[in-house]
Formats: sequence, structure tokens, C-alpha cells
Amino acid sequence: MQYLLMIYQNEAEYAKNDEATSQKILAEYQAFTQSIVQSGNYKGGDRLRPTTTATTVRVRDGKTLMTDGPFAETREQLAGYYLIEAKDIDAATAIAARIPSARIGSIEVRPIWEHDK
Amino acid sequence: MTPSEIDRIFRDEAGRALATLIRLVGDFDLAEDALQDAFAVALDRWAAGEVPANPRAWLVNVARHKVIDRIRRQAVFRGKQEALVHEIELNVPAADEPPAMLDDDMLRLIFTCCHPAFAPEVQVALTLRTVCGLSTTQVARAFLVGEEAMAQRLVRAKQKIRLAGIPYEVPEREELATRLEGVLAVIYLVFTEGYVATSGADLMRPDFAIEAIRLARLLDRLMPDRAGIKGLLALMLLHDARRAGRETAAGDIVLLEEQDRSLWDRAQIEEGLRLVDDALRVPGLPQPYLVQAAIAALHARAPSYEQTDWRQITGLYGVLLRIGPSPVIELNHAAALSMVDGPARALDLVDAISARGGLRGYALLPAVRADLLRRLGRKDEAREAYQAATAATQLEPLRRLYARRVREMR
Repeated sequence: MQYLLMIYQNEAEYAKNDEATSQKILAEYQAFTQSIVQSGNYKGGDRLRPTTTATTVRVRDGKTLMTDGPFAETREQLAGYYLIEAKDIDAATAIAARIPSARIGSIEVRPIWEHDK
Repeated sequence: MTPSEIDRIFRDEAGRALATLIRLVGDFDLAEDALQDAFAVALDRWAAGEVPANPRAWLVNVARHKVIDRIRRQAVFRGKQEALVHEIELNVPAADEPPAMLDDDMLRLIFTCCHPAFAPEVQVALTLRTVCGLSTTQVARAFLVGEEAMAQRLVRAKQKIRLAGIPYEVPEREELATRLEGVLAVIYLVFTEGYVATSGADLMRPDFAIEAIRLARLLDRLMPDRAGIKGLLALMLLHDARRAGRETAAGDIVLLEEQDRSLWDRAQIEEGLRLVDDALRVPGLPQPYLVQAAIAALHARAPSYEQTDWRQITGLYGVLLRIGPSPVIELNHAAALSMVDGPARALDLVDAISARGGLRGYALLPAVRADLLRRLGRKDEAREAYQAATAATQLEPLRRLYARRVREMR
């Protein structure tokens, strides 16, 4: 099965990290990504720019409305994602638990909607 | 065969038949629906006298064919469905499946229903519905929600099993201890609702206590020599053994200090005590349920309230606090300590819990406080605390108990 692992964390807090800490987290992410590429679970993944760069689009009555920022203000923001292949929810959550941000933020694990199911 | 005999067989076999069927057909929902179909057929045939020698094997087999019918009726996935049907046709349960295989099926079902991907109350609902074979109506009653709402909740849970890929498996060795804790927590939740109901007119709902004990017995048989399981089973047996002494015919609470101990179920107490001894022999870290069972054992052994070994009980609460500190255990510890060091010292501990903001909204905190204040003769404060305790509970017998205490203080 395929799962999307969505990484949520507090952007403002994260931005306060000093250079050394940021470098350390980055290295942890590289090691983690490499490990799931090697194990064959990795299907894709990216880090996202902060929500200050976000734009939200809605179409109402045929008109496109654009707003600055994310759809909802929350304590934690989507910071990145991985798309993985895993045997079941146990395998997927075990991988999610190894994402470095799991220790400071939270990872939402969602199965991909497979159309023949 | 009479309908009530048939009903009893359904109740006894539902969980096991479902557990095996899910393995054979690989789909929780489909297996459950097909088993319902098989029950309907059984009701017809068995009542007419055609009772099979092995009802469970019969149910599984009829249900398996019902699954095939159901798949064929869903014309949506042609092509794929034939492969599926073929596979299920091949998965014929052997006439004499080894008991170990059936036990594994049952464990798989239990661990799936108690998977941490479900909210705790969903785990309880799924377990009651599928493992214990309660009807949706009965489960709805347990949660004091409408049948429609409960049916919805169960449907969503079963969808999640399929769509989120919750495995139908006993967890791997390294996960087993943690996952077993979750299963025990579900069983204990079922029990506590039976021991002291959350709300309503009746103090106890013995059906749930009995169901929880049945589950723990099953688990103890399936996974022998686990101190946590034995401890939980012993704890529930010892608590439940006091049932007849815990309320009057009119449904009023009889406190431990007032109970007629000759009403306690001695045979059940003996079984509980034996289990505590057995479990204490299993090597490993002290298990919280076992320590709680050891406390219950001291109560069960005591000839009277006054002659209870309060010192050792207080010590055991201390052990519990070291294993897994929680404000609820602190409160129990304080209550036990009041019998050793007196109510003043205990009141300090209780007030310390409140001062930290612990147990806010926990109905028994003001109740324990009220009792300590009453024993200290601080009547006005006690009355106030009883009022707070009354406001905090939805359970009628508890409200009547607090009202009685206030009357007695005049």
C-alpha cells in the first residue's frame, strides 16, 4: 500500500534553531531519506517552503479568489511530506516514527486512495 | 433446538467463527456480513432439527459460501472478482484444523480490534461487537449512544481496517508487549464500566464485568504465563467477587467498610488469589495490574475493614506510583494512607494533587476529600465537598450515597 506521511511542526519554533542545529537536523533527514530509498519504501518526498510563502486559491461562482497564507491557522504547519510504499499501517507508522521531525512535531499518516479498492 | 439454545451457540461461537472466516476471506467487513447470513440460515435449519456436530465449522463453511455469493453479486469488479472467488474456494478450512491455528485466529482478531490506530472507545466498541459477539444495539447501550450512531462508528472502524491497511496479525515480538498493554487496557475499560457505571440509575452493569472476565480468561489461555494478563484477570475476579455485597436490594451503595463479607463469592476469591500467586512466580518487572490485584487480594483476605493490612496496601500503592505515576493512583494512595497515618496527612496529599491542577473534573477527587473532611469533623467543608462530588457524577446511587453522608453529619 502507499501512504503519504505529512510532516507537521511549529514553523516559528523551528526558525529559531541556530545554524549548527539546523545542519544537524538536515543531516538526520538525509540519512533517513537514504535509508528508506535503500529499503525500497521511498516513492517521493519534499521539504516545503514556510507558510509565509503560501497562497490559497478558491473558485466561487466561477470567480477565482486568492488569499495570502494557508487555508487554516494552526499551531503546527505542513513542513514537508514523504510518499512511501509499505506493507501495512504498522510498517508505515514505524517509518513515520523515524522521521526526525516526529520528535518535535507530528506526522500524519494517510493511505493513498487506490481506485481499485 | 430452541431459539435460545441456538442463540447461546451463536454467542459462544461468533467470535471464533468470525476470526477464522476473516483469515480465510481476507476481508473483515465481508466476513462479518457473511457470518450474519450464515446465522440466519442456521436459525432456520437448526430450529427444524438439523443441528451439525460441529456448529462452528458449519457456520464458517456456510459463511464462506455466502462470501462467494456476495462477491459474485457485486458485479463491479469483474475479472478481479473471479480470481478472488477462486482463492476463497481454495481456502477450505480443514475439517480438523489444529486448535493452535484457531487460537491464532482469535488472537489476530483481538489484536486487530485493539489496534492503536483506533481511538480507545472505538477499540472497546469493536472488541465488544466482534470478539464478544454483542449486537450493535448492546454495544450502543454500553456507550449510551443511539444504535444508528454506534452502527456508523463501527462501519467507519471496519473501513479503516481495510483502507488504512491495519494488519490482521498478532504483532511481532518486539511490538508484542506494548500492544498487549493496549489489549489489557481495553479489557479493563470494559470491566470498569461494569464495576461502576459512568452514569444512570444502576451502580453496576454486571454483564460488562462478566464479559471482561471472559475475555481475560480467553487471553490467558491463548497467551499463557504472562503476569500482566493473569494480574488483570485476578484483579477483575477479586473486585467482581464482592458484587453481591456492594449494593442493597434497593440499589443503594454499601461501602467497603459496611459490607457483609459473607456475601462475597469465596470460590471466585480463591481463584483470584491463586492467580495472583501464579503471576508473582512469572519472572519480570512488576506489572501494574498484578500490583493492583495484590491490593485487592489483601482486601479479600481481610476479616474486616479495621483488620485490613492498610500498611501493606499503602506500600503497594507506593510501588504502583513508582512503576507508573498517575494522579488517580496518588488519590488511592492517599485514601489508603488515611487508614495508617490518619485523615489529616491524607488530606494534605489530596490537596497537593488539586493544587497542581491534577484530576480536574475527576468525580472521585471531591468524594475522597469529603470523606477525609468528614472523618476530621470539619463538617462545613465536608458538606461543601459532598456537594462538589454530587455535581461531578452522573451516577444516581453515588448521589444518594453523598446525600446520606451529609444527613449523617447533622
